[in-house]
Amino acid sequence: MKTIDPLHKPGHAAGSPVYLAGRSGQGGEAANPRRPYVRPMAGWWRRNPFFVRYMAREGSALFVGAYALILLVGLIRLAQGEAAFNGWLAALQSPLSIAFHGLLLAVFAFHSWTWFEIMPKTMPPVRVGGRRLPEAAITGGALAAAAAASLVLFVIVRELAR
Amino acid sequence: MKLQVRTTHSIRVAGDKAQRRSPEPIFWALFGAGGMISALIGPMLVFITGIAIPLGFLLPADAMRYENVLALVQNPIGKAFVLAVVAFFFWHAAHRIFHSLHDFGIDAGNGARLVFYGSAFVATVAAALALLAVGF
Repeated sequence: MKTIDPLHKPGHAAGSPVYLAGRSGQGGEAANPRRPYVRPMAGWWRRNPFFVRYMAREGSALFVGAYALILLVGLIRLAQGEAAFNGWLAALQSPLSIAFHGLLLAVFAFHSWTWFEIMPKTMPPVRVGGRRLPEAAITGGALAAAAAASLVLFVIVRELAR
Repeated sequence: MKLQVRTTHSIRVAGDKAQRRSPEPIFWALFGAGGMISALIGPMLVFITGIAIPLGFLLPADAMRYENVLALVQNPIGKAFVLAVVAFFFWHAAHRIFHSLHDFGIDAGNGARLVFYGSAFVATVAAALALLAVGF
């Protein structure tokens, strides 16, 4: 009779994380007569709307990085001289660039919204008059501050451009 | 033994020899700075540089002409502002994407750290050099 080691788990012995075990199947199911069910983790976040929103929130970083890259290219073009910089300006006027910036604007707005939405949970609690400031007040105040800062920025650019 | 600490707090972890501090708080601070700046003025920046000025909508179409932008980045405040936006946005993106690798089942280690934080570092240096090259 074959003895079964209850502590033996295929996949784990190789040092691979638990969430990969179901996919890679290291050690093979045949090696373990218990054939334990390992819930597959592929596409885990698509199963729950909360996690879809989480992934969308984290994914906004790709677009923040893309915009930073566009600005960095402009900065390098500027350092290279007027002709190089004008090439970058012309590229910004292409329909493709306008459309992409429309997408960037939507994602950045989503980032602002979600950043301030989770801010009450990521910052230390604020107490006013012995009471903890409600989450809605923090989020609302931050969104108002963002709107004010954006307006100030727009006015400064408008004045500088005159 | 390889140790990886993913935390937002400054805690001490047992290293190979003595107690070592995790560098995570530094990266988290850079991520937070980029996230805060982009949340406050990011949408407006994208609108100004990528939509309003290229289309000449609400702002003059020549607002970003060479002399104007040169004057902006030769000004100390303008220089600091542009560097802060570009560098912190990069650090924000690098940190957030790095930590998302785990969510896709990718066991991200120090190699991935080098790629992501290294990219942000290279971008920061490139931006700083360009800002130095345009003069004061």
